[in-house]
Amino acid sequence: MNSSRRYFLKVASLSTFALAAGAAGTKAAGAEYEAYPEGLKAKRWAMVIDTRRFQNPESMRPIIEACHKAHNVPTIPGPKEVKWIWDDTFEHAFADDPSPLLPRGIEERRFFLMCNHCTNPSCVRVCPAGATYTTQGGLVAIDYHRCVGCRFCMAACPYGSRSFNFQDPRPFIKELNAAYPTRMRGVVEKCTFCAERLEKGLMPACVEASNGAILFGDLNDPDSVVRQALARNFSIRRKPSLGTDPGVYYII
Amino acid sequence: MLEKVLKGSPKYYLWLLFLLAVIGYAFIVYVFQLIYGLQLTGLTRNTSWGFYIAQFTYLVGVAAAAVMLVLPATFHHYHPYHRVIVFAEFLAIGAVIMCMLFIVVDMGQPQRVLNVILHPTPNSVMFWDCTVLCGYLLLNAVIGWTSLEHESRHVPVPGWVKVLVVISIFWAFSIHTVTAFLYAGLPGRHYWLSAIMAARFLASAFCAGPSLLLLGLLLLKRLTGFDPGKAVVKSLSITIAYAMGLNMFFYVLELFTAFYSGIPGHAHPIVFIFQGHEGLSVWVNGWMWTAVALAFISIFLLAIPKFRNNLKILPWALVMLIIASWIDKGLGLLIGGFAPTPYETYEVYTPTFWEVSVGLGIFAVGALVISILWKIALEMKREGGEPFALPE
Amino acid sequence: MFNAKYVIPGIIVFAGLFTAPFWINMLSPKHEKVVVELPAHPVTFFGEERSQCIEPREWMAANHMELLIEWRDSALRENKRIYTATDGKKWETSLQNTCMACHSNKTEFCDKCHDANSVNPYCWDCHVIPQGNNNEF
Repeated sequence: MNSSRRYFLKVASLSTFALAAGAAGTKAAGAEYEAYPEGLKAKRWAMVIDTRRFQNPESMRPIIEACHKAHNVPTIPGPKEVKWIWDDTFEHAFADDPSPLLPRGIEERRFFLMCNHCTNPSCVRVCPAGATYTTQGGLVAIDYHRCVGCRFCMAACPYGSRSFNFQDPRPFIKELNAAYPTRMRGVVEKCTFCAERLEKGLMPACVEASNGAILFGDLNDPDSVVRQALARNFSIRRKPSLGTDPGVYYII
Repeated sequence: MLEKVLKGSPKYYLWLLFLLAVIGYAFIVYVFQLIYGLQLTGLTRNTSWGFYIAQFTYLVGVAAAAVMLVLPATFHHYHPYHRVIVFAEFLAIGAVIMCMLFIVVDMGQPQRVLNVILHPTPNSVMFWDCTVLCGYLLLNAVIGWTSLEHESRHVPVPGWVKVLVVISIFWAFSIHTVTAFLYAGLPGRHYWLSAIMAARFLASAFCAGPSLLLLGLLLLKRLTGFDPGKAVVKSLSITIAYAMGLNMFFYVLELFTAFYSGIPGHAHPIVFIFQGHEGLSVWVNGWMWTAVALAFISIFLLAIPKFRNNLKILPWALVMLIIASWIDKGLGLLIGGFAPTPYETYEVYTPTFWEVSVGLGIFAVGALVISILWKIALEMKREGGEPFALPE
Repeated sequence: MFNAKYVIPGIIVFAGLFTAPFWINMLSPKHEKVVVELPAHPVTFFGEERSQCIEPREWMAANHMELLIEWRDSALRENKRIYTATDGKKWETSLQNTCMACHSNKTEFCDKCHDANSVNPYCWDCHVIPQGNNNEF
């Protein structure tokens, strides 16, 4: 056994021991972590979707594709699918608002569905491993490294925003974005409000691809684009009666 | 003590071998599930829990049922139960082991199961469920083992075990309450969002679990001649009758709230599991009606003393009760809970052959554990000179 | 001794099996030093061409796994995605976009050492391996 390998093993075993003892004292001297200075900050991120601008499914395709391509979301046919953002009818999107006589424009309109990044997220409440949690600006995030795949969060989400990887997703990704990871078999995934882009000062991928039809900003800032849009237009949210306080607003 | 496992009749060995064969087969299927993921199951994006979690739920109830013997024996000094309590405790151990296995096979990343302990999250009911289940397993193992040892040597059970017994009584109620809380606190799942969920769970547990135990004891009498005693059979079947009555009553309460209020969210899942959707019936409908029929027949037979005390009829009533409660909790609960989907659409979950195979394997593990533990208990009792046959 | 003709051979077989790793190690070829392929070209980070690893080589060899875990937790849970190394240089905390930008040859770099140490980390179940000089996806 050569000395470098012995040293490697010694340090590795010592650091494993330190880790096991709860003292992960391996931080390199002087090493520090900080956020990108150009990162976007908010007290409460919110999205406002101007549904009047999406009168047909074709106009929504590029936006869905932008998201799914950026995040390596697989296209799996059938009921075991994985999706972060998709579209559905008013009846399905606002299932507890059952006006049977909708105006034609609304009956035919499609609505974007995605994670609502709730203020009181029931998925975060139920996660037994702390794998899903709220982070900066009220984003609901998932740590795929820690997810045990129990799917309690999927049962808890009243919006059906979460997908489970019933199989290895990689064979179902047509074009791999080499700058973003994929997921693995057996973990839950969903829309992240593009946390990785916000932290580098970029707007979410769907917002960028929407030509201003999807707005994104700080709900707590009266001057933000979302607050201005909400002040001028009538908006609704999905299942507000459940008290989750969803962060996605729909202008009707 | 353990050497008792090794000595038995050829029938006993054959039974163990059969169970091991089932376990081996299921293990192979499970290895495939590990490699290919949960795509082998019938679960979908919208019905994300199914057969595995349902069996887990049912078996928590079976585990909790030991309390129906321990409580009268401890708080009311009802002595006839002392003769068979260890069987109830060992049944609980088998049930809890099955529960844990069902949770593990349901996980997408089972090798990360320790994350639940490494990153404890007290806000998650699942965390508490794991805690109470592990605790209950430990309690039953310690209590069952020590009391068995002391009884067979004719020395009084030490005081600290009695303290543990009292704790285990409350603990038994807690395990099924916490399991109900897994379901009853989720916004948007109308079938589960009901305050009576925990009470319903306990009632169904306290009829189904003792039924299973009583069936096992009656079988034991035929196979080994160990008579549980008339008093045990009688009082246990009365307990079962009352619990089943409560169980059915609680379900009627659910029906009242759902249909008298007329709130669609409450009624939709019940209509779906009994009638299907928009004229299209689904496979679970027939099962649900069967459960209703069996429940009524079994409560009729159990409620009337003439039938209940007839040892030719009682086992059939118990079997019907077990099937009825299993359909309610093992099929209806989960399928109803996920109907409709968050988009008010309907889809039917059907467990796959592979899923059921793994499930049968886990049941075989449970049967193996219970067989071995019961065998030890019997032999210890034999050694201690406890009479197998009782005077009429 | 009771049943000596079974017990003694049993003990011998057990001792043989128990010490098997030592025998196998003695008989198998001598361990050779693992030589990993180090990056040949400098890569640009934060507008600066760099050819030195984040921390000293020995330290990285011993601690890269803990460092990656720290990176993961600070990026995902604290939204801190910049790591200031001991020498004051700044790096993005990203296995895929920082580490593997230089160490792009997983087979000759990561795998070699992991194989020799018989560890099988699942990093690449999710993180994408740079394409080109690897056989894998």
